[in-house]
Amino acid sequence: MDLATIGNAIISGLLTGLVYGLSALGLSVIFGVIRIVNFAHGEIMVIGMFFALILFRTFGIDPLLSVPLAVVVLFLLGGGAFGSRLSNIVFADRRRPWLISGGLFALGFAMYWLSGHTLLGSERHSAVLNAFIDAAVTAGVVFFVLAGGLYGVMLKRVAHLPEHMQFLLLAAIAIVIVSGSLLAFGPDPHGVDVPYALDSFAIGELIFDKTKVYAAVTAVLVAGLLLAFFKYTATGKAIRACADNYLGAQVVGLNVDRLYAFTFGIGAACLGAAGCVILLIVEVHPYLAPSYTLLAFVVVIIGGLGSLPGALLGGLLIGLSEDLAALWEPSFKSAFSFGLLILVLLLRPQGLLGKASH
Amino acid sequence: MPDRQRIEQEPGAAPGSLTSSFAQRGWRAALAIFVPADVLSTTGLVLLYGFVAFLASAPLWGSSYIVTVGTLVLYAALLGQSWNIMLGFAGLLSIGHALFVGLGAYTAGYLFSTFGLPPVLGVFPAVAISVLVGSIIGFLGFRFSVGGVYFALLTIAFAEFTRIMADHADFIGGTGGLFLKVNQADRGGVDLINLRGNPVMFYYVAMVLALAALILARMLIRSRLGYYWQAIRDDQDAAQALGINVFRYKMYAVMVSSAIAGVGGVFYAFYYNNLFPESTFGIERSIELTLAPIVGGVGTLFGPIFGAFVLTPLGEFITWLIGFLKSAGLIDQSLKLNGLKLLVWGLAVVMIVLFRPRGLWPWFRDLLRISRRPGD
Repeated sequence: MDLATIGNAIISGLLTGLVYGLSALGLSVIFGVIRIVNFAHGEIMVIGMFFALILFRTFGIDPLLSVPLAVVVLFLLGGGAFGSRLSNIVFADRRRPWLISGGLFALGFAMYWLSGHTLLGSERHSAVLNAFIDAAVTAGVVFFVLAGGLYGVMLKRVAHLPEHMQFLLLAAIAIVIVSGSLLAFGPDPHGVDVPYALDSFAIGELIFDKTKVYAAVTAVLVAGLLLAFFKYTATGKAIRACADNYLGAQVVGLNVDRLYAFTFGIGAACLGAAGCVILLIVEVHPYLAPSYTLLAFVVVIIGGLGSLPGALLGGLLIGLSEDLAALWEPSFKSAFSFGLLILVLLLRPQGLLGKASH
Repeated sequence: MPDRQRIEQEPGAAPGSLTSSFAQRGWRAALAIFVPADVLSTTGLVLLYGFVAFLASAPLWGSSYIVTVGTLVLYAALLGQSWNIMLGFAGLLSIGHALFVGLGAYTAGYLFSTFGLPPVLGVFPAVAISVLVGSIIGFLGFRFSVGGVYFALLTIAFAEFTRIMADHADFIGGTGGLFLKVNQADRGGVDLINLRGNPVMFYYVAMVLALAALILARMLIRSRLGYYWQAIRDDQDAAQALGINVFRYKMYAVMVSSAIAGVGGVFYAFYYNNLFPESTFGIERSIELTLAPIVGGVGTLFGPIFGAFVLTPLGEFITWLIGFLKSAGLIDQSLKLNGLKLLVWGLAVVMIVLFRPRGLWPWFRDLLRISRRPGD
């Protein structure tokens, strides 16, 4: 094994690690502020990946360009889910939040389903029309009745539930998302074939894959915007205030419910961006989701749950360790991350850059 | 309301006083295990024995399908009881519980397939290994005061780590899986020593294990140990201030829980006869086994059983319903069954969490006035 191979593994690991970091930011933001461990993390990210896939296959939009769209859509989805206040955020309508967010959710899912069917189901000849009707009827009826009633109250309550109930609720939502994606898109992996898929930059013997470089640059850009948002904007400061002192934030008159919804939206938006970006590197399929949830846990715990720079650092470390472990024995790559996780949990439970909680 | 139930209590009934420990109550306590008149109302007692009679007689009147579903329900109830001891009694959230089940399964399965050690003996090393690993996780976690969410993540990390290691351990088959030999002749008979036999035998084994776990859990929760656990669960600092050795009793909780899970693992191995790291240690398994006790009601004795009796048949019912709708031509034949089933099932769990956050059992119990005292 020569130096160039190792060097390339390091480069590839660091670039992938930045994307992992962006995804982990979504988890860290939500935990840092609302104190919820989002067990549906990878699942929301996979929604982002499918979103970018649909845009690419239908309109030929490059996944990198669909980042802003995914950010907006998943922000609304996440924020709406959390607050039952989608109506609040968007329409300033307090009267029928359940109906509006439930209806939008049903509509969104029906579209998700239909796009999956039209996009990938074209090989089914006569059944296409049939599938349309099925999808529309089932999605419409089942989701409007069930989800419409549920969705509004779903996550807002979660902050006040005991830990294990939060875990179960989010795990159940994860099951719903995975099986919904499975119905809409089927179990096969789908990738995007961008024109620069096989290109690379080369400096001497070191090779930088173009897809990975672009993905990493975008991830850094989005992460930078997020950090700036928290540091400089009034809303960002208010959210940090909520995280530091819940009671104090209420006392000075911050609308904590609304900020929580906003934060969950931001977390989901991060995942939307990360999903678009990672689609350049990885092919998407529904069963990808649980492994990304685990990966993000590993990353944020190593970096420090709730610490934003920590999430990026953890992402870099895990990306690096995966690619270096893959040099030695490819199937061991995640064993290495979990080993690292156990070490960090025992020696420095608050994570490398986390603040000690007591 | 508690007050009304107190009045209904007969004067002669054994007092379920908070201070009397299990050992002090002697033979009356032993009787109380089987006739828990101090806790259950008359309705409750009738229902309890009706339920046990229902379970015991199910293979006599039920079809083989009922027996299979019943076995799964009872197995889920057993694991739920194990998990509930950690979270419901001692307040320790484990999301890597499949690890203990898998270790028990692999140990007994390996000893049987390689050395021919019957599971009746194999259960001892299996439990020993589960408890050992449980103690290691507990020791590391509690010694370094890893609490709450972090402890849950530690259990996931160990489970995933073990899964990947099992993928590479050739002596237990790696990703290819470990298979237990089944002779055609075994299918008809009953061989309890080697745990080979027909589905009805497995049903009864599962039933005995589930009921034994229930009785054990009841003995534990009413013992000194159980009260220590509940004190730690409710307020760890206060418990410590009262002089409870928090570290030691939390360790006991992990050990008891992993021991029961190990026994469950032995059953799993010999019921399915094949073990794969992914389907044994995977996080899906861990999440799956938490569902019954959470849905039933964390910290209650009957919650895990009740949850299992709701969830497993619910899944079967959805499968049937989809099949029925398909054959009636109401939904497209090409619709993938598995995804839809999980979708509806997930939504049902979401609904239960939102509308019955304490679980279904406490609600059901109060509805039928089964219990004399709330919260048991």
